[in-house]
Amino acid sequence: MARNDLQGSLDLLVLKTLSQMGELHGYGIVLHIQRASDDLLSVEEGSLYPAVHRMEQSGWIRSEWKMTETNREAKYYRLTPAGQKELIKAEKSFEQLVKGIRSVLRYA
Amino acid sequence: MSIFRRIVNSFHRSKLEQDIDRELRSHMEMRIADNIAAGMSPEQARRDALIRFGNRTAIREGITAVDAELIFDSLWREMRYAMRQLRRTPAFTITALVTLVLGIGANVVVFSVVEQLVLKPLDVPQPSGLYSVAHATHGYDNQSYPDYLDFQNKNSTFSDLAAYRIQFAGLAAGSAAYKCWYYRVSGNYFDMLGVQPAHGRLFHASDERGPNSAPYIVLSHNFWASHFDADPRVVGTAVHINKHAFTVIGIAPSGFHGTEVFIWPDFWMPIVNTPDDEGTGFLSNRAMHNLFILGKLKPDVTVQQATDNLNAIARELALQYPATDDDLSARLVKPGLMGDSFGGPARSFLAAVMVLAFLVLLAACANLASLFAARTADRSRELAIRLAIGSSRWHVLRQLLVEAVLISVLGGALGTIFSTALLRAFTRWQPFPEFPIHVTVNPDARIYFVALLLSVGSGVIWGLVPVRQVWAADSAQVMKSSAGAPLNFRSFAFRDLLLCIQITLCTLLVTSSFVALRGMQRSLRAPLGFQPQGAILADTDLHMGGHSDKSSTMMQKRMLQEVAGIPGVSAVGIIDERPLGTGGSSTTVYRQGTTDFRASNSVFGAKYFSISPGYLNAAGTALLTGRDFNWQDNAGASKVAIVNETFARALFGKMTALGLRFTLGDKAECEIVGVVENGKYDSITEPPRAAMFFPLEQNPDSDTTLVVRSPLPPAEIVPELRNVLGKIDPNLPFTFHIWPDALGFVLFPARVATTSLSVMGLLAAMLAVTGVFGIAMYSVSKRAKEFGIRVALGAQPFQLMRSALSRPVMLLLSGSAAGLLLGSIASQLLAQIVYQATSRDPLVFAAVMATMIILGLFAMWIPAHRALGIHPAGLLREE
Repeated sequence: MARNDLQGSLDLLVLKTLSQMGELHGYGIVLHIQRASDDLLSVEEGSLYPAVHRMEQSGWIRSEWKMTETNREAKYYRLTPAGQKELIKAEKSFEQLVKGIRSVLRYA
Repeated sequence: MSIFRRIVNSFHRSKLEQDIDRELRSHMEMRIADNIAAGMSPEQARRDALIRFGNRTAIREGITAVDAELIFDSLWREMRYAMRQLRRTPAFTITALVTLVLGIGANVVVFSVVEQLVLKPLDVPQPSGLYSVAHATHGYDNQSYPDYLDFQNKNSTFSDLAAYRIQFAGLAAGSAAYKCWYYRVSGNYFDMLGVQPAHGRLFHASDERGPNSAPYIVLSHNFWASHFDADPRVVGTAVHINKHAFTVIGIAPSGFHGTEVFIWPDFWMPIVNTPDDEGTGFLSNRAMHNLFILGKLKPDVTVQQATDNLNAIARELALQYPATDDDLSARLVKPGLMGDSFGGPARSFLAAVMVLAFLVLLAACANLASLFAARTADRSRELAIRLAIGSSRWHVLRQLLVEAVLISVLGGALGTIFSTALLRAFTRWQPFPEFPIHVTVNPDARIYFVALLLSVGSGVIWGLVPVRQVWAADSAQVMKSSAGAPLNFRSFAFRDLLLCIQITLCTLLVTSSFVALRGMQRSLRAPLGFQPQGAILADTDLHMGGHSDKSSTMMQKRMLQEVAGIPGVSAVGIIDERPLGTGGSSTTVYRQGTTDFRASNSVFGAKYFSISPGYLNAAGTALLTGRDFNWQDNAGASKVAIVNETFARALFGKMTALGLRFTLGDKAECEIVGVVENGKYDSITEPPRAAMFFPLEQNPDSDTTLVVRSPLPPAEIVPELRNVLGKIDPNLPFTFHIWPDALGFVLFPARVATTSLSVMGLLAAMLAVTGVFGIAMYSVSKRAKEFGIRVALGAQPFQLMRSALSRPVMLLLSGSAAGLLLGSIASQLLAQIVYQATSRDPLVFAAVMATMIILGLFAMWIPAHRALGIHPAGLLREE
């Protein structure tokens, strides 16, 4: 559970970002999460990469080196079908987590 | 496949790290660019990017750690699942483990011995480039000292050549006296091997200045520790060797035990010194072949170049000394096994045993493969469900493979533990108390590596068998049918094939061991040329009592008189070295009238012995024609000899040999006065060879073996014998043997061969039983429902048996037939190692067939019982 909380939510954010944006590099993912959360969430830039690598190794995402619009080389990530399934699972479990925490908070 | 990619990643760390660096750099650059666009100075922009990013090295390590974690995670998950599966089927797990322990254990033991004897270099400080110089003709590996010197001085391919011989002497220090085995070595011996003393000094080439110039000895570390309490003050003291004074100049380092793998000598002495009355004549006699030569190749010289170089020298010597060096030639062999005389047969025997051990493992794998295939078929529903809910075929297969490798590695580990225990016992074992022989086999990293390789290899072999089953599985089809569905005929046929292969291999092994056993039995019954039963031997060397060869005869005569007077002694005689002992010499024989005594003009080489009158009677050697020696055949009389049948036939054909003459290499003519039966002289397995006997007085020798025949039990006669001989010379040490026991040494190779082949055969038989049992049991349990219905409908026990067991019986018969055929082919190879092994022996054929049938009946007993005991009502209730 403890592991699922923190790591799981970072995984969820990355998977969701990729499912919305299609294809994105690491820096882009950081910017998107920040922007989409109205600056409420800021991903620690360094800690993103181990998570992304693990997801790639687990077969949830695929990567490819490409050029950005500003002509810089960057590694672009995209969701795989397995990642799609994982996203659905992660969303469900997150909703349950939120529900659970909310009911505990309301109990008093 | 990702597990492989991850493992590959962990080997290609640098490539992965480059990739990570590139990605992190690109991230930093984009952040800096954005910062500048937002109005920061380049300096500020970079600082901000770095702070946001954190420690780059730590991040890189974090990313690579993910890989290791994932590998460990998924493997661990699969292992735990595999463990659970194996625990759920203890019968399968235990059968598999036992099979693997036997198969892998046998291979580890055999490989360890092979490594020790064949693969490992000599246990000396600088073993590289060391070779033994043997003759080109196999079996004659001793060289003469002058030839050694010529090889040493004239060659251009060796950095050094050393000579050594191994001998036996009495060593007296203070009031204590010991019988010792020792090396006589050329002065450069220690320097060539790079040996440094533990105490004192070693001798060098510069110490040799002609015969008897270096009365020094170097003690072995073991001998020093066990007989001199490891006291360093022993260096510099005098000891007496066969009554000659020598100085102990140093102690060899611990662990150094000369240049023979098996033999642990007590000390080393310069070869130019002689502690007995054999004299130093051999130092200048080219005809006396009594040395082993060990050479160290110069760097960059090939074995072929060195061999050619020595052979060129040998040809020169043959021209220069035609009488003695006519047939001189050189061949380089791996050192440590008595030139090549022991090494050759040992190597081919070990190769054969290794093949057999490997066959045992293959049979074990075939056994496990059929069990595993059956088990996979039983689990087909589980596997089908896993495939149906989205598991990939590869994933399912990997799970099965992890199970197979897991159990193989477990079995391999257990097998290795057992075999190391066995090898430890083997190392402590001293087969012959009177010889300093140890076979030290210490399992090392290489052996553990081989064990691991065998385990994983065999796991993969039998773990991959269900691949086809998993690949071809149609999950919908499998799930529709119930667990008790009729068997898939094709996959059953595949398992049948495996069982058939297994039985073939097992029959092959059983046949080999029977052939070897039979050969051993036959060679034990072959006539020896003497009757060991009821005879006692008393060995000594009169040199140890300070007698010379010449004065020996007087002593020997006295011994014969005194011993013959002991009540209960029916016959007594003396021979210099007993046949089938460890010594004995041979020399070349020429026709009468030969003038050119070069070796190629000789008729043959013959073993020769010196015997007293009465020896033939005491030893039980039958005199076919002529007379025994008497004391009138002395130094003054004309030279006479008794020869064996082979000798007589080879020299004179069908003519009667009595009264005819032949000539020896020293130009002495001998008249034949008697012909005796053939015998065995060097080994049980030798073909008939020529031998001759000379009277002791015409050919005196200090080596003395009294052969005492008596109807009394040895326990009564030996003390009396010891008493009588002690009175003649109290200082003379005697060794007593019961003659049949003394033959242990010559029977040893055949015993080892037969034991190892029997063990392999036994292992194979056990595997055959488990294989047949497994498959018969499986087919009965699968068809229990069908049998129940048939019993209910009135089937007779015989009909049930026929349908339950016809298939296993068919397999057993066809496998045995194939194995017997292969076995008879393989036995022809075996015949070269085990004396008198032949496959064309109806007894062997019958024994193999009977064994396989008994094994089959034994294996099918329980399944057949179960098939007959099926109760229809009980089965119906179960369903």
